Amino acid sequence: MRLPSWLSQHLAALRAVLVLTVLLGLAYPLALVGVGRLPGLDDRADGSLVTVGGRTVGSSLIGQSFTDADGNPVPRYFQSRPSAAGDGYDPTATAASNLGPESVVDTLAADPAESTASLLSQVCARSKAVGELDGVDGRRPYCTPDGVGAVLAVFRTDGLTGRITRVVSVNQAAPATPFVTTWQGVPVEPATPGRDYVAEGGLITPVRGDAPARSAVPADAVTAGGSGLDPHISPAYAEIQVARVARERGVDQAAIRRLVEEHTSGRSLGFLGEPAVNVLDLNLALDREFPAR
Amino acid sequence: MSMTTAGVLFVLSLVVALVAVHKPFGDHMFRVVTGTRSSRVERGIYRLVGVDPAAEQTWGVYVRSVLAFSAVSLLFLYALQRLQNHLWLSLGFDPVVPHGAWNTAVSFVTNTNWQWYSGESTMGHLVQMAGLAVQNFVSAAVGIAVAVALVRGFARSRTGELGNFWVDLVRVTLRILLPIAVLGALALMLGGVVQNLSGGTDVTTLTGGGQTITGGPVAGQEVIKELGTNGGGFYNANSAHPFENPTAWTNWLEIFLILVIPFSLPRVFGRMVGQNRQGYAIAAVMAILALASITLTNVFELAGHGTVPQAVGAAMEGKEVRFDVSNSATFAAATTLTSTGAVNSFHDSYTALGGMMTLGNMMLGEVAPGGVGAGLYGLLILAVITVFVAGLMVGRTPEYLGKKIGAREIKFASMYFLITPALVLTGTAAAFATGNASTALNTGPHGLSEVLYAFTSASNNNGSAFAGITVNTQWWNIALGLCMLLGRFLPIIFVLALAGSLARQQPTPASEGTLPTHKPLFVGMVVGVTVVLVALTFLPALALGPLAEGL
Repeated sequence: MRLPSWLSQHLAALRAVLVLTVLLGLAYPLALVGVGRLPGLDDRADGSLVTVGGRTVGSSLIGQSFTDADGNPVPRYFQSRPSAAGDGYDPTATAASNLGPESVVDTLAADPAESTASLLSQVCARSKAVGELDGVDGRRPYCTPDGVGAVLAVFRTDGLTGRITRVVSVNQAAPATPFVTTWQGVPVEPATPGRDYVAEGGLITPVRGDAPARSAVPADAVTAGGSGLDPHISPAYAEIQVARVARERGVDQAAIRRLVEEHTSGRSLGFLGEPAVNVLDLNLALDREFPAR
Repeated sequence: MSMTTAGVLFVLSLVVALVAVHKPFGDHMFRVVTGTRSSRVERGIYRLVGVDPAAEQTWGVYVRSVLAFSAVSLLFLYALQRLQNHLWLSLGFDPVVPHGAWNTAVSFVTNTNWQWYSGESTMGHLVQMAGLAVQNFVSAAVGIAVAVALVRGFARSRTGELGNFWVDLVRVTLRILLPIAVLGALALMLGGVVQNLSGGTDVTTLTGGGQTITGGPVAGQEVIKELGTNGGGFYNANSAHPFENPTAWTNWLEIFLILVIPFSLPRVFGRMVGQNRQGYAIAAVMAILALASITLTNVFELAGHGTVPQAVGAAMEGKEVRFDVSNSATFAAATTLTSTGAVNSFHDSYTALGGMMTLGNMMLGEVAPGGVGAGLYGLLILAVITVFVAGLMVGRTPEYLGKKIGAREIKFASMYFLITPALVLTGTAAAFATGNASTALNTGPHGLSEVLYAFTSASNNNGSAFAGITVNTQWWNIALGLCMLLGRFLPIIFVLALAGSLARQQPTPASEGTLPTHKPLFVGMVVGVTVVLVALTFLPALALGPLAEGL
């Protein structure tokens, strides 16, 4: 019996899919898993796990939070970057924030737990918190002193043009007081939760303020990484944490700085990537050399 | 050394490496696709599949073989996802929902690798390695096979025969993709990419918190994800995840793997048509567009315009410290210039103009250098359109490589070009008209960019995402699935029809009136035609999205 050609073609296709699946989908990956068992490679194939006193505490490639049960930073440790993975550094929910460069208006609700912060307000809040924790100036452009985005909704008589009739500081709800009292002669009101000032026709105007362009708190300290598992911080972010860690551990800053340097990787081959400090490795070394009193 | 200097050296070192390997590697690929001798393993495979490796196929049979293979692959992958809870290594995950399984099956079969799901919480290891990764290999091989069939159309004359799809598929897979994948996987494992079957290791962190260190056969999948310009990440965070891309040098290697086949295929083209310089002209078009795009993406990201980047002091949101801004921007350009769609940083948080570059790269039709195979056939279509436009201007019958571009040929080329814009613009309009665009995370111009990006990515088979959009709904999964399917196979049908039509022709000897297609003038014209066609098609949409946001 001769099969119709369309059927024989699909049977050939089915056989091809099965043969290639066995070869590429089973033999190839399982052979590589086998190679990954070889001494020297097995640690890495298993995820570069780090063990302290027989207990696995993480992976040197995966960042973790150095916070207490309430989410507050543990001051004797260097802190990681902000993370958008789950509740922070959750490898089962890797993610970035995906918020855009003009995400500047918070959604304020009557219940603060229901409010969502814009990317700008998240950046401002983190900068303020890091500044306070590490004793540096946490001010940034476009941020209010109370740590939200300095953004006004400006209402004019004819939409984009005309006399200003009303100005609202959209990210500051009472009892907060607006970061400026007047805007071009018009008094600035605090926002009312639940209102959408963009839909009401307000022109969104971020206000630069007079903070220096380069904040003392580095960029990586106020932004979430791509994976939510970034194991590194920049040398600059490590530097502003040195004084706090030295104080908490009762050793002098030079000793801490030496450890930071030891755990800083330069650019590969001198030009690939950027210098970075592995936070987990650094904190493990701290515990080893300078156990907290 | 400043970040800018290091970033420039990073790009230059990639250029040097690609220039160095394109010749030997292109020659190797040429021998693979023109050779006639089969190895013992290959003969065994042909016997199992039941095909005669010596039999040649007409364009119609070639198309039907491609479609049959892809249809069966699609059903197989769908079934694997729906049944995963009954299979080995499912890690306890539920079967994938029907519309999600459809979307993912289409996505991987079409070389798109759009992902609505989070790999670490949806797909078991068996589905990843025996389903998704297999398609990473074979969908790439299908792309190369179709490109080679088109080139045979130019190279052959007075014949209906375009080669044998099954032979092209097997040879490309076994002799090009698999050997490089093995070497690349070993290199990535040395860098720290994981390769195990673990379902995760629970650990207690230094401060007493819990963390699950995930596992998986990642290295083997990671390498073919880049080499085959697929882009589907093992994990949700894709190549930003330290287990997929742990160091600055693995990042370099992954970009190199993305670009190496597409940039070496013009050499294969040149050798097959017997004029290497024709291949160089095509490579030059690709290189000009690619370098311009990589440069601009870097410039926009390093300049860091926009309220949040200005507040932060750098466009660092969604970028990892080990790559920082420049190496992330270069990866973003490479992944969207090809049909890869892997990401090592998240494009949604890019500056408005940097994000627009990634969108524009895909809108170029992914021809600089484009996906494996797809980039070459896309650019050859543009070259055909260019000789046609040039012929109209001087009033001569257009020819390319001795083949006349008549009514039939230009119809196929135009249809090819029109499919993607039609899908992108109709899809975007449909999303807004039906209210489904409201799942975008951002509103205003950025929200439009997110929707436009999703349809551009799907229709061009890229697979990267602006991400700030909830696409895990029935409407989105079905709509984007259709765009991926039509955006892949309709162009392939037109390419092979064109190949069939070209192969039948008797070549016309070059005369004084023939437009030389290997000179800088022609290269410049192809670049111009590409940019103008894209600008005319997409400028209105871009003006409402990223341009409105960034200016």
